[in-house]
Amino acid sequence: MPSDSSRLRIKRSGDATQVEFIDRNILDEANIQLIGDEIASIIDDRPKPKLLVSFANVDHLSSAALGMLISVNNKVRAAGGQLRLADIDPQIFEVFVITKLNKLFEIHETSADAMKSFK
Amino acid sequence: MNLDEGRVLIRHDRAQTDALVASVLDAMTRHGYPDASRFAVRLALEEALSNAFRHGHRGLPHDTPATVEFRVSDADVTLSIEDRGPGFRADAVPDPTLDENLELPSGRGLMLIRAYMASVHYNDKGNRVTMIYRKPAAKPAPPRSR
Repeated sequence: MPSDSSRLRIKRSGDATQVEFIDRNILDEANIQLIGDEIASIIDDRPKPKLLVSFANVDHLSSAALGMLISVNNKVRAAGGQLRLADIDPQIFEVFVITKLNKLFEIHETSADAMKSFK
Repeated sequence: MNLDEGRVLIRHDRAQTDALVASVLDAMTRHGYPDASRFAVRLALEEALSNAFRHGHRGLPHDTPATVEFRVSDADVTLSIEDRGPGFRADAVPDPTLDENLELPSGRGLMLIRAYMASVHYNDKGNRVTMIYRKPAAKPAPPRSR
C-alpha cells in the first residue's frame, strides 16, 4: 500500500497496475530514489507484473528519472512482466527520442491504449 | 543592451536549485522566450547542476557550493556552472544511445545538454561548463484573411 509520503498514485485494474506521478517535476534525486523504490516494491508484489507508468501530470523530468525508468524496465523484464509508458507530453517525448529510449520502452499515447496492449 | 544576469553560489539543495531555475526562467519570460526554450534551458541547467554535485563533488563535503553565472539577453542565454571537483573529460563519457549502452541507467545528462544547447564548452580542467542557448527565430505571422 502507498504510504503518506508516496510520490505515486497507484490504481489496480484487473491484473495490471497503473502508477501516476504526483509531482509535476521528476527532478529531485532523493525523490526519484523513493519513486524507484516504490515501483520496485510494486513489481515484487506480483509474478509477471503488468505495469503501466502514466506521465499525465508530468511537466519535467531529468536524466536521473530516465535512469530510474531503465532500472524499472530491467526489473520488470527479469520478472517476466510487461512495462508500458503512456500520456507523455510532446516536449518530454522528445527527451525519449533524443536519448533513443523510445526504442527501449513500449510507449502508448494514452493509458487506455496501453492497458489494451497488455498480453 | 537589455540584459538580465547574475552570479550565485549554490549548494546541493532542491530549494536553492528551484530558486535559481525560477530566476533564469523568469528572465527568459521577460525576454520573450517561448515555452519550449524555457523547457530546454531548465533541462540543461538541472542536468549541469546534477553533474556538478553528483560527479564533480563526489567525495567532497555535501555543502560544497558550485558557482553559477547566467546571462539572458533577447538573443541568447549563457549559463556557466563551475564545481569544486577535480574535473572530468566530457569526451570520455560513453555514448548512451549505442545499442549496447541503451539499458545502462546513467550517462544521459551530458547528451541532453548537448542536444538542447547551441554550444557546450568545458574548460581545460573539466570542472566548468559554459553553455549557450540561442532564441529560435519567431514564426512568421499567418497571412491576414481578406
